[in-house]
Amino acid sequence: MSLQVPTMAEMIAKGESPDILFWVGCSGSFDDRAKKITKAVVKILNHCNVSFAVLGTEESCSGDPAKRAGNEFTYQMQAMMNIQILNGYEVKKIVTACPHCFNTLKNEYPELGGNYEVIHHTQLIQDLINQGKLSLEKNETFKGKKITFHDPCYLGRANDVYEAPRKLIEKLDAELVEMKRCKSKGLCCGAGGAQMFKEAEKGNKEINIERTEDALGTAAHYIATGCPFCNTMMTDGVKNFEKEDKIKVLDVAELIANAAEL
Amino acid sequence: MNIQLILFLLLSICGLGFFSYNLWKIRYNIRLGRDLNRNDKKGERLKTMLLVAFGQKKMFSRPIPALLHLCLYVAFVITQIELIEIFADGLSGDHRVFSESLGSFYVFTISFIEILSVAAFFATIIFLARRNLLKLPRLKMKEMIGWPTKDANLILIFELILLVCIFTMNGTDEVLFNRGVSHASDIQGSFGFSISSIIGPLFFDSMSNSSLFLLERMGWWGHLFMVIGFLNYLPYSKHFHILLAFPNTYYSNLEKKGKFENMESVTNEVKLMLDPSADPYAVDPNAAPPSRFGAKDVNDLTWKNLMDAYTCTECGRCTSSCPANITGKLLSPRKIMMDTRDRLVEFGEGKRKNGKEYDDGKSLLGDYITQEELWACTSCNACVDECPVNIDPLSIIIDLRRFLVMEESKIPNELTGMLTNIENNGAPWQFSQNDRLNWANEE
Repeated sequence: MSLQVPTMAEMIAKGESPDILFWVGCSGSFDDRAKKITKAVVKILNHCNVSFAVLGTEESCSGDPAKRAGNEFTYQMQAMMNIQILNGYEVKKIVTACPHCFNTLKNEYPELGGNYEVIHHTQLIQDLINQGKLSLEKNETFKGKKITFHDPCYLGRANDVYEAPRKLIEKLDAELVEMKRCKSKGLCCGAGGAQMFKEAEKGNKEINIERTEDALGTAAHYIATGCPFCNTMMTDGVKNFEKEDKIKVLDVAELIANAAEL
Repeated sequence: MNIQLILFLLLSICGLGFFSYNLWKIRYNIRLGRDLNRNDKKGERLKTMLLVAFGQKKMFSRPIPALLHLCLYVAFVITQIELIEIFADGLSGDHRVFSESLGSFYVFTISFIEILSVAAFFATIIFLARRNLLKLPRLKMKEMIGWPTKDANLILIFELILLVCIFTMNGTDEVLFNRGVSHASDIQGSFGFSISSIIGPLFFDSMSNSSLFLLERMGWWGHLFMVIGFLNYLPYSKHFHILLAFPNTYYSNLEKKGKFENMESVTNEVKLMLDPSADPYAVDPNAAPPSRFGAKDVNDLTWKNLMDAYTCTECGRCTSSCPANITGKLLSPRKIMMDTRDRLVEFGEGKRKNGKEYDDGKSLLGDYITQEELWACTSCNACVDECPVNIDPLSIIIDLRRFLVMEESKIPNELTGMLTNIENNGAPWQFSQNDRLNWANEE
């Protein structure tokens, strides 16, 4: 079944207004690996008949990397342009699969006039399961498998969301194994604060290698992520250890979509 | 007036006076920082202070040092009760002025203090061993070489001397009481204090009355001298956290950690840029003089950043959880705080001596903190989360980055590319905004 991805402009033209806006983000739009996560989210939204839309070509960078790189001008330009579009469409609720967009839209847009209820995709999926719209009852895809969850800094420490992704993993009939550093003590993947876009400073190790060691230490079959940047960093880390056959890096949305056979 | 009273008054007044002078200097320095409103949500602030500072909630993520620290902390707080008596005795010329009026409650209180003091004594010994024999990595890092390590050891040694004074005072007095000659009472007996009633006779029984009287006074004066000395040492030491932990946690950032400050000065300019009807030559008569974007020196930081710096006790939990530091980068959040304090002391001293306009040509950025340190930060908030007294090194790092980028255009090359891409095509990579929805039609 092909994906149904209505844009805000199309919806409004038809006189409809969606319940929720799916903020795809730059990674989710352009990065080949992250695009798969985006599609997994859409599959879930389609399957549950969620009334949603995307901004499509009207979406632009949230400004997170600019702000964290110290360029407040570029950040605020981006933020104000996005807010103009979001307010124009009278958006009330936003879901995003990127914790950086999530944090910026949720916490930093209000002071510039953008007030929305912003949730992370793991929170939305949890809601869908709780409402009975998505069932994982008969799934055996991950039965008996060990899954470890890498907390994205901008979801966990930055916004205190630790439970939603874990609750989802528990629904998979798999064993959730924690790394020695997890939740509020979780170690960064190394990509935050605009590090994604530059080489690391001189040191004796890459941060994603240090973090991948934590994950490998759990003997998990899957590293679950909730952030496209973390996904890239952990995937690279696993490649570095040549463990691609032993341990897979998947977003929580992908785990759920696989289990629900979407 | 007898000589003891004169000495007592002299020591107390000079000691408290000099301490107050130093407190005033620190308050002056902290107020050199820029404004920040942290006077909202008083109830939540009080609760945070009670949990984090008073209740030491965040210490307990590392249980063993937390327990040892708790021994010292509780002993320190409770010992202040004994200090009240020392002051009362010193002023009245009496001896153990509360012992008769409070009766068994007095015995209970002093006994309690003694038990805690023994716990504190052993905790201090363990802390000394931990610092000097165990060589814990986070206590041995580069920024700890020299004065910081000496400072830490001095504090512990002061504490040991203070505790020895307390037990010498109580122990010798116990033996004098046993012999019926204590100044506290005419009768013969025992105070019944938990520890000194045992160790008093054990250590001091063979001594003559006159030696005991002398030792008892040495304990008493030693205690007072150490307390006043310690108090005056605090403003120069990392140990100042015992006072500032309370206001610093009260004024904590109560927002989500991911939320960075919105720069209003930038908002005004961006609004003007985006408003097609704005008059570019209009001059707002109420506009404040253009300020610096971001922080170059300590007075560009908020007063809370500066209070953070004085509150830091250099425990290094931030640094030991920092992903950049763990992987061998130059960045150490603890060093950021230590540098901020060192620079603030120097900066404030210069202003006080040479007037408000004085510029010593130095700055926090460059002379203390390097660009390499700043660019290693992933803004992961691990340091902020770790700090037992809610210090926020990240906001200093970001403010310094802002100055580098917006005032000096000093930014790693790859990031210039990233920013150009965002400005040109709305994504950190070079993809056209028109292709943003292509994924929906790709297989």
